[in-house]
Amino acid sequence: MTIVVPRGNRPRGKRLAAGILGRQPIGLLLSAPYAVFIAAVFAYPLGLAVWMSFHHYIFTAPGVQVPRPFVGLDNYTAVVSDPAVRQAFLNILVFLVINVPLTVALSLVLASALNAAIPFRTLFRISYYVPYVTASVAVVGVWLFLFSSGGLVNNAIGPLAPNPSWLINGFWAMPSIAIYVTWKQLGFFILLYLAALQNVPKELYEAAAVDGASKWRSFRAVTVPGVRPATTLVTLLAIITGANLFTEPYLLTNGGGPNGKSASPVLLMYQRGIEQGHPDVAAAIGVLLVLGVLLIAGVQRFLERD
Amino acid sequence: MKSRTLPSIATVFLLAATTTAACGDGGNSPAADTAAKAHGPINIWYSNNAQEVAWGKQMVAAWNTAHPTETVSAQEIPAGQTSEAVIAASITAGNAPCLIYNTSPAAVPNFQAQGGLVALDDFADGANYVNARSGSTAGQYKSPDGKFYQLPWKSNPVMIFYNKTEFAKAGISTTAPPLGTYAQFLDTAKKVVSSGAAKYAIYPSPSSQFFQPWFDFYPMYAAESGGKQLVENKKATFDSDAGKAVTGFWQQLYAQNLAGKEAYNGDSFADGTAAMASVGPWAIAAYKGKVDWGVVSVPTQTGGASEQAPTFSDAKNVAIYTACKNRGTAWDFLKFSTSAEQDGKLLEMTGQMPLRQGLEQQYAAYFTANPQYKVFAVKTAHVVEVPNIPQSVEVWQAFRDSWSKSVIFAKEDPNKALSDAATKINGLVK
Repeated sequence: MTIVVPRGNRPRGKRLAAGILGRQPIGLLLSAPYAVFIAAVFAYPLGLAVWMSFHHYIFTAPGVQVPRPFVGLDNYTAVVSDPAVRQAFLNILVFLVINVPLTVALSLVLASALNAAIPFRTLFRISYYVPYVTASVAVVGVWLFLFSSGGLVNNAIGPLAPNPSWLINGFWAMPSIAIYVTWKQLGFFILLYLAALQNVPKELYEAAAVDGASKWRSFRAVTVPGVRPATTLVTLLAIITGANLFTEPYLLTNGGGPNGKSASPVLLMYQRGIEQGHPDVAAAIGVLLVLGVLLIAGVQRFLERD
Repeated sequence: MKSRTLPSIATVFLLAATTTAACGDGGNSPAADTAAKAHGPINIWYSNNAQEVAWGKQMVAAWNTAHPTETVSAQEIPAGQTSEAVIAASITAGNAPCLIYNTSPAAVPNFQAQGGLVALDDFADGANYVNARSGSTAGQYKSPDGKFYQLPWKSNPVMIFYNKTEFAKAGISTTAPPLGTYAQFLDTAKKVVSSGAAKYAIYPSPSSQFFQPWFDFYPMYAAESGGKQLVENKKATFDSDAGKAVTGFWQQLYAQNLAGKEAYNGDSFADGTAAMASVGPWAIAAYKGKVDWGVVSVPTQTGGASEQAPTFSDAKNVAIYTACKNRGTAWDFLKFSTSAEQDGKLLEMTGQMPLRQGLEQQYAAYFTANPQYKVFAVKTAHVVEVPNIPQSVEVWQAFRDSWSKSVIFAKEDPNKALSDAATKINGLVK
């Protein structure tokens, strides 16, 4: 026999607790560590960065009291009126325009190929993944060897080589970095697509084949829609990681050269905030970058909506 | 992904951690008068240069043997983009060591503004010790408030190293190479490259990092201007005939592809890619067994630069950091580590020049046994330091950006760029 206690007869305290904690309070306990992690590692620094961007702020030793007055939009005005910062944001836009579509297209195509029963499949999978897990500092050396003025690429293409060479050419520096990053990251995104491809029902391919669909038609009509959630994830991750570009311009193009044509906002944040002791200005650049990324991601989600 | 997100995450972490620390109760920053007399164990950081590590280890061991109750623990500076970034972060976090034997004079104004440095004048014999050890050179290391926040420790006077093997291959004298004037230097550079002896005549890093002018523009500007600093009396000095002469010289080197413009992975001089290098004696250890080198003063427009001609010091100094509780021990240890005996060992083990007056006389036996180092000892008495001014790093970055655009990549008239940079820097230091 089951005794059912009418809802209205429950003690008030229990009802209140159930309202706040939900039907499964243990869930709160289990999710608490991650919530604390998010709050400590992302929410607090982000909030602090926003606060800093509206104040005159310098880093000080513990116990050293310095005035940190509210300065309104002064830091933002300084950032927006700085040609180097404007150039850096333009550079990152160029980077994203090249890197994101290239990343999505190449990783999907290669993942589909690697998902098929091709010879040496494991070898190829490892080959694509190796650049991703190799330290940028090491890989940059290879890229310098390839794309320097006397490098392998210029020797191969002879008179078609740009002058000045790729990495010191104002036009080609940022596209070169975008291609380098695409190549380096490809393994990771291929992995995401490979996982997604396992969830595409084989029956759909069989049905397409019965209907006489070609390989290309099958790819467009079955594979592309089938991995759509993965495409959203890949696009978002590529945008976010691309917007955080730092190591490549720092090492590959002499710290954002030539003439700042490959400088990134994060590189400028490092220069202004850490090297020059202006974390308030660096925070303003960071906040603008976050807003920019959110805007681009929002547009991307809007375009991909059902 | 990891490599690109790391810097931004690190920056954000730094912002958060440092603010929390800055709001603390000051427990790590004891009152100066009490701390200056406090004795006990301390910790220190030194450079990761192999020779300096060896020197540091023997020095610490010698101290610890004689002072069992005031032991010193030592380690290399933790890895980071630059030592200065690591030190700045440690100051803010309150975990800087008592002493750092790799404090860049250019970073001292920032560290001081952070409240991270102890004025050596806090110690009864502080200023006297610095002045007695370094003589008139010490004056360049005083902060605008008239105090010493750094002890001038060692210098690496920047000179022109040349590869004797490659010079011989190009048909250039290896004992008295014509490198005294800009015209001679350019002729020699052309010969080196056109003969195929080396791909480039010289290859200072073309990177946009703020400190790179110290190895192309600044040594030659020091020589050409008779020892002027980049900024004097709150005014940029380089928008001058001397500045224009140096700028014009480097512009020709780059325009004629005699100097490399691309990032180089390694040491271009040690690898033989460049026949010359603008560097101090610290690098000699790296050339051992690789390059048969000679050394001359940096050129000037009219030549005749003698051994006494000024050049950039490339000094690294020692500072006491405010996180240190036992500052009495730190000061005693600092004096021990910069004593005549330890300076002699530093010279022997690293080839770097202690910023000590009368260096040649004090260590005459060493320079007799190692005559190739004597020229650096002479130079040490005539080195020019970076100006000790607020916004020092920002000033150098402004200069470097202007230099990259006009001199290296020829996108702007160098004279106009020099003038614009001077205007910007005057605005920063006023």
